[in-house]
Amino acid sequence: MKYHKDIFEIIFHARGGQGAKAAAEIIAQAAVSEGKFVQAFPQFGPERSGAPTKTFVRISDKAIRTYEPVIDPDVVVVLDETILDSETVTANLDSDEALIVNTKKTVEQIRQKLTERGAGFEGRIYPIDANGISMEIVGQPRPNTVILGKFVQVTEAVDLASVTAEFGNIFEYKIGKEATDKNILAIEKAYDTI
Amino acid sequence: MKNGKNKNRIALTGGAAAAEALKQIEPDVMAVYPITPQTTIIETFAKFKADGEVETEVIEVESEHSAISACVGSSAAGARTVTATSSQGLALMNEILYIASGMRLPILMVVSARALSAPINIHGDHSDVMGARDAGWIQIFSENTQEIYDNTIIGMKLAEKTKLPVMAIMDGFNTSHCVENLEILSKDQVQKFLGEFSPEKYLLDIEHPVTFGPLALQNSYFEFKVQQEEAMEKAGREYLKIAKEFEKISGRKKDYFEAYKTEDAEEVIILAGSTAGTTKDVVDRMRQTGKKVGLLKISLFRPFPLREILSALKNAKSIAVMERAISSGTYPPIYNDIVNGLYQSGETKKVQSIIYSLGGRDIFAKDIEKVFEDLKAEKISKEIKYIGV
Repeated sequence: MKYHKDIFEIIFHARGGQGAKAAAEIIAQAAVSEGKFVQAFPQFGPERSGAPTKTFVRISDKAIRTYEPVIDPDVVVVLDETILDSETVTANLDSDEALIVNTKKTVEQIRQKLTERGAGFEGRIYPIDANGISMEIVGQPRPNTVILGKFVQVTEAVDLASVTAEFGNIFEYKIGKEATDKNILAIEKAYDTI
Repeated sequence: MKNGKNKNRIALTGGAAAAEALKQIEPDVMAVYPITPQTTIIETFAKFKADGEVETEVIEVESEHSAISACVGSSAAGARTVTATSSQGLALMNEILYIASGMRLPILMVVSARALSAPINIHGDHSDVMGARDAGWIQIFSENTQEIYDNTIIGMKLAEKTKLPVMAIMDGFNTSHCVENLEILSKDQVQKFLGEFSPEKYLLDIEHPVTFGPLALQNSYFEFKVQQEEAMEKAGREYLKIAKEFEKISGRKKDYFEAYKTEDAEEVIILAGSTAGTTKDVVDRMRQTGKKVGLLKISLFRPFPLREILSALKNAKSIAVMERAISSGTYPPIYNDIVNGLYQSGETKKVQSIIYSLGGRDIFAKDIEKVFEDLKAEKISKEIKYIGV
């Protein structure tokens, strides 16, 4: 039984340097722009490039008070599929909850991989080739933000328009209008995938 | 709720929230040492300066010892002065902390409270600020980003009213690096709340020359220290007055501490900082099953509002004091303060000392629930309990 029933909880699994923190911040700010309460924070471990990391987001209609790390997520997003080999990403993820993975693999292949690790998962699995979409449209690997399109499609936790607007708010002054537009297009493409 | 009915409701990390408050304070001087173990506070503030949003003189120095020394000089000269630090940085400042308070300099320091080495650990606990608790600084703890924003502004005014330096404290990482909603005031409101800084005596007042921190030997040092202590004692009431003024402009309730459902509580946890939020959720959940539990969250820690805290505890049967610091060789600080107060008032409540989350170790709702259950079951001992060790 989920402890915080009125809070939508997300865990991002990634490797240090893959931009999970930026992705979490975009979702959080998008939810804030919709008048919601949020928390976004990394698992406070050593910040080593390439090491597996967890980043947490909470979204609620009510003020959020807990400072526990997220231990019972509603959705898990995996930015790097090799993490499936070393981490049990589906811990406390129930059969009515969802796993989103940046991968070229199929649902069956991911499910098989989880089973091999002894972490069989009954819930929904959403593979998305965020790297591929990102390379094709942006010309650079930016799976961390592209995958947000899929996240919105699956969870409806925030509106797509809020996510793309926040992407612009956070990145446009850093990467310019043209690159921002391409990134947003890639997020929208991920949203439209089946 | 859609489209954000309150346009001031934004989301920032605790570090950025403190920097925002400092931007609105716009001090004359901010002296900082900008490398590890520093926080995001000063890099955010440095950006405000670079972007021309503040006119503050940002002095980058060569160590934390120099940062606080520069603050002493600047404050004594008559400038509204702030700094920010954390962990080893605060430890390195230690010598000068006493000089700042002894010279009655109203410096505001924002602290992201963290562990001390060795072994090396940069994560959240209260070891650094507890180590500085006898240095003559007012200390205010914050639960979340909203409170760190509020306490930064309250702290500035409190320092200048009491002529005592103030530490506005957040939990390193738990709050300093957590993006959360908060409401902010306008810069005009903050400026109006603070008023102009006009120190009674200052070094650049060349018409009225004075000396700060001169030699005071056996015949006068003691009097200085007693007067300083009288000022600290009075600072409690001044804090409440200023906090209530802030409540008026912000609409956010402020007090010496937060008594959360303690009125009829039989078991009460006392703690400071971000774990208060987690504990409130536990209190609500346990109350749904009829358990009379409550939380007393410490906000003003130095001076310690002992009498007021005791009156909030009068119905408690047993108490657990949970702390993120060790006072080596004895019980940790808040436990000692509470037990001392209970003894003075002739109370015989059982009090358990608990140490948790040193070096950033996670604390979970289930751990806190167990603390309440142990109190209920009278599993209370003189031994300090360590959670998760």
